[in-house]
Amino acid sequence: MLGLLINNEYCIGCHSCEVACRQHLGLGEGEWGIKLSETGPWKYEEGAKAGQWEWTWTPIITKACDMCEDRVAKGKMPACVQHCQGWCMYSGEVSDLVKKMDEDTRWVLLTR
Amino acid sequence: MEFKDDLGKPWKYEDGDFTVVRSSMWSPPGCHPVGCGLKLYVDKDGRLDHVEGDENHPITKGRLCPRCLALPDYVYNPSRVTTPMIRDPRDRGKSDKWRRATWDEAYDLIVEKVNFFKETYGPESMAVFSGTGRSGGIMCQEMAQRVLGTPNACYTQSGFACYQPRSAACSHILGAYYPEMDYAGGLEGTYDNPEWVCPEVIVMWGKMPLASNGDGLWGHAVIDIMKRGAKLITVDPRVNWLSTRSEIQLRVRVGTDTAMLMAWLWIIINEDLYDHEFVEKWTYGFDEFAARINDPELGMTPEKAAEICEVDVEKIYAAARMYAKAKPASIAWGLAFDQNQNGNQAGHCCLALMAITGNVDVPGGQIIAEIPAETNAEFNEDNLEVAESAWNGDATDVVSFGGTGGGDPDEAPEEGWEGIGIELTQKAIGYDKYPLYCENIRMAHADMMLDALLTDQPYKIHMGWIQSTNLLAPTCCAEPTKWLEGLLRLDFVIGTDCFITPSIEACADVFLPLQTSMEKDDVVFTHYCASPVTISATNKAITVGEAKSDADILVDLGNRLGSPKIAGKYVDGADYQGKNRAPASGMDFEHLSEQVYFQRGVNYRKYEKGLLRPDRKLGFLTNTGRVELYSTTFQQNGDDPLPYYQEPAFSTRQPGRAEEYPLNLTTGARVYAFFHSEHRQIPRLRELNPNPLLEINPDDAKKYGVHDGQWVEIANEFGTAKFKALVSPVVRAGTVHAQHGWWFPEQDGDAPNYYGVFQSNCNDLVPNHYNSVMGYGAPHKCMSCSVRPLEENLDTDMDLVWEKFGKLVK
Repeated sequence: MLGLLINNEYCIGCHSCEVACRQHLGLGEGEWGIKLSETGPWKYEEGAKAGQWEWTWTPIITKACDMCEDRVAKGKMPACVQHCQGWCMYSGEVSDLVKKMDEDTRWVLLTR
Repeated sequence: MEFKDDLGKPWKYEDGDFTVVRSSMWSPPGCHPVGCGLKLYVDKDGRLDHVEGDENHPITKGRLCPRCLALPDYVYNPSRVTTPMIRDPRDRGKSDKWRRATWDEAYDLIVEKVNFFKETYGPESMAVFSGTGRSGGIMCQEMAQRVLGTPNACYTQSGFACYQPRSAACSHILGAYYPEMDYAGGLEGTYDNPEWVCPEVIVMWGKMPLASNGDGLWGHAVIDIMKRGAKLITVDPRVNWLSTRSEIQLRVRVGTDTAMLMAWLWIIINEDLYDHEFVEKWTYGFDEFAARINDPELGMTPEKAAEICEVDVEKIYAAARMYAKAKPASIAWGLAFDQNQNGNQAGHCCLALMAITGNVDVPGGQIIAEIPAETNAEFNEDNLEVAESAWNGDATDVVSFGGTGGGDPDEAPEEGWEGIGIELTQKAIGYDKYPLYCENIRMAHADMMLDALLTDQPYKIHMGWIQSTNLLAPTCCAEPTKWLEGLLRLDFVIGTDCFITPSIEACADVFLPLQTSMEKDDVVFTHYCASPVTISATNKAITVGEAKSDADILVDLGNRLGSPKIAGKYVDGADYQGKNRAPASGMDFEHLSEQVYFQRGVNYRKYEKGLLRPDRKLGFLTNTGRVELYSTTFQQNGDDPLPYYQEPAFSTRQPGRAEEYPLNLTTGARVYAFFHSEHRQIPRLRELNPNPLLEINPDDAKKYGVHDGQWVEIANEFGTAKFKALVSPVVRAGTVHAQHGWWFPEQDGDAPNYYGVFQSNCNDLVPNHYNSVMGYGAPHKCMSCSVRPLEENLDTDMDLVWEKFGKLVK
């Protein structure tokens, strides 16, 4: 099974994945193949994280995503992964991707 | 993770049905000079199909921002104009009165007018206006002085409040170009090069480079370096992505950066955390500087700064110690320094911090480009004495704007700028009041130019050239309503761009269409050549309409006007750029084009090798040969030789001000979707940020009855503007942030609407003439205003945006 792996620590919300995908799939008004979801920003007032800020971006794939089958067949990366400016996206077989998930940072695995 | 697929490909190659051209980006559409690597996929019909990041680029390595990914939507946008257009000056502001013209017709008209104004009123009666970032914008002086022969090039933003307040401090305090944080960009293998050292700490001071690559610093390098272990300190009134990942975050009150910088210096000097060897050998005036920092009245204890900046004093101590103890450490210092009347002093303090901590031109610290040698000057290895005096040439000439403006160490002072003669140079508008500003930038003073346009004093300006700037959109002038009035008083106006912008629609009589970066050969030098990073080729991949490059127009007109610096010297614009911008690569354009990217190498500690002075003596290009902590140049120009804090003129702390204007107003935080006023007509980008936003803290929203998404009006004595409220804790209570650059290409372009350019124009709330003693800086980031909720809903109709701009030209 193919998947996309996202390291939440370094997704900055730059929208490159969204635009690369829309250009590749030719998606029009209001349609997306991958779209960012934003959590935060807020500041923790109490508890272990008091004083720290939460601001987490995560891309979510839609039904339109085909994991860039045609690009991958030519040996290229999916358009979103290639252009990710924070270098926080990985693509490939899920069984390989899970090996990258360390216990220090937050990760999200997306599949279709 | 890096890509292997297209590594090692030549500058041009075939890939299936496409020809791929590897190139480096600058503008149009605008960005700062990084030169990000592009692969341009051109189909069999010669049309740009799509754009990808080039994994061969030594810095960007295949990554790319949304603006470049959407380039085809810009190139083939249905509202783009690709032929010259002419309109009767009586029909300014009427969008249906333009008529198509040939280049010959447009040039003939311009030559006739230029010769008339030159002969009748003198060349100084013509002015060239420019804006920020773009490749053509920084050719403003070249168009003015080399082509037209006028001293009046003018960057129209009040006090040149973008880069120049910092740059002036660099020229006079450091005697060198702008010292950029070292991200190994100029070294082969970048971060893996053994010469480079990963900084222990990076301070992001009034700078968030991820969205805009400010000044040519590739923003995501900061993330690369974080991953290699660097810790961040952020000094910024707003919370941004980098500040949420910082060890220490100092959320200063807007416009108080100088106080915070002085407090860091107080801690570093009084706790003896500075580099004694560097201070002793390479700086001038340390004792006087330390005395000022400790002065009971003009100095700045951390406790005093805590009160001024509204930051916890313990955090100030912790941050200053963390920076001073880190070896090496770097500071990325941003636009917040410039958009403040106190910016020269902020720059002075920042350079002092870099110097006394020993971080100037060292690996992982701040890097500076070499300064060209004068003829016959050579470094003498047997004489390792530090220069004790000024170079006997004109230093302001050599270290003016980045590395690009003039910069010929052999040019005699009496020749004036670009050979126009010293008499004409001194006629530049504002020269009598701000000679240092005018000499250092080789331009007229912006605020004085506005006065001249409105009053015809000291003389009338008859012709204006709007070169790659959309100044009326809230980007590059204060009080744009006044600038419109001033520009409309000109007899003849030419505008160059890819689109009919509000500024061109309102004021221009001739429109000259510019090529985008995909359509021309050009040269990109990182950070205006001031940083030893890269020099790269922009390689032409496609042809669209009859558009020409900025440099083509310069050469064509120089030839037609017989301008001595141009006529007969260049074949075309590519030849001009190759000869003027490529020499630091040691290659001509043809070779650079094939190689695409050239890394310059850094050669650290150039002050020990005579590489920062044209006479090749050791030290820095200042009056004393050292980093001037005590500035002899500031003193000679009527300012204090030592730093001081100045409360922003319109802060809510000014007596009586808070009653009427209770909110501090800051403007211009960058977003990913747009570069300044550009990209509003690209639907896929506009969808990311459809409306102009005002960030307001939840406490203030409650207090003023504003709910999230509601339209509001901000106002002060200078003007008003409307925004959609974004209720968010990224701004502190008592401060609002307004987005800049807004106009609405989908709206009516005719006067007085001008594509809605005055609807959400934050610069209408910023006055002119609040500059530093030497004429620099303006309070774009430290004003104040009131806010009131509106009943009306001005939300952008995205259906209309798609309908007008979504169907690309075939």
